[in-house]
Amino acid sequence: MTGLRYVYAVCRPLAAPLQAELTGVAGAPAKLLHHHGLIAVVSDVPERDFAEEPLRAHLEDIDWLAATARGHQQVIDALTAVTTPLPLRLATVFRDDSGVRVMIEEREEVFLRTLDRLQGRVEWGVKVYVEPTGQEGTAGPEAKPASGRDYLRQRRMKARAHEDTWQRAEQFAGRLHSLLSEHADAARLHAPQNSALSRASGQNVLNAAYLVPRAKSEEFVEMVDRTKGEEPGIRVELTGPWAAYSFVEPAASEGTEGTGDAGGAGNTGGTGEGDA
Amino acid sequence: MTVVERREVALVDLLDRLLAGGVVITGDITLRIADVDLVRIDLNALISSVNENVPSPWEDLS
Repeated sequence: MTGLRYVYAVCRPLAAPLQAELTGVAGAPAKLLHHHGLIAVVSDVPERDFAEEPLRAHLEDIDWLAATARGHQQVIDALTAVTTPLPLRLATVFRDDSGVRVMIEEREEVFLRTLDRLQGRVEWGVKVYVEPTGQEGTAGPEAKPASGRDYLRQRRMKARAHEDTWQRAEQFAGRLHSLLSEHADAARLHAPQNSALSRASGQNVLNAAYLVPRAKSEEFVEMVDRTKGEEPGIRVELTGPWAAYSFVEPAASEGTEGTGDAGGAGNTGGTGEGDA
Repeated sequence: MTVVERREVALVDLLDRLLAGGVVITGDITLRIADVDLVRIDLNALISSVNENVPSPWEDLS
């Protein structure tokens, strides 16, 4: 059985060793591959699961995807405890160690620059939900409509109450986002999560990530906590600390010029590699 | 055999980051998957799992 190399992250050499029994995707142990003053954190993974064809099939299997995502995250979490890792996207696989080394060489400069930018920082996720209706519009217990007209009136009132909550939620989310952005080094908006998928109750109106120095994280968390329960019918959720997954690319404002990476190393991916 | 204590992170939050974030590298193997297809595939997977009333994958992960 031949093995491939699954790469989780690139970091600077660790000051403390990784925990001895750290495992990642497919239950494989995580190990360090040193090259050029950087390390790649990798696992040997079986070709039968991680070669392109089987991988493609596996990714449509929700259980496999979930287990693999958790394995990936387990390694990233462990790294986050000892360093500032540069996390790679799920399922980045190379044929062998030399493939990984070549990749590091090609991107060394970008890696170092990004690691500097992220150094000592973590990502916090903040989501705002509109709670399912039920509270608002409760002028009284829901009376059974006496007539069709009553029914329509009730429906209209409910719809209006719902709209109000939405409007309040959006304004609240906007205020919260600007407040948190001021206290973060960078912010990024993710698409709101579909509640059918997340199985969270309520509608997600804000799904944001903030890059915050570790040293200021406590303050940041407290700031988010204080907003909880501030508005009735609106719920705020905090996740993290995460490795800076959402901030591996420089923000548009800081790097438009700098990203003209002449070598076309293609950090932005996507360019002209469609049919390799 | 879990070594690290697991904070149960919701799968959607994880996928927001693992599939939409992280450095995109065209590895030897996952060239096309990594960049574009993955997000769509993951959504299909999630949606079909919800539709089929499969038990929530992030509740029964051991």
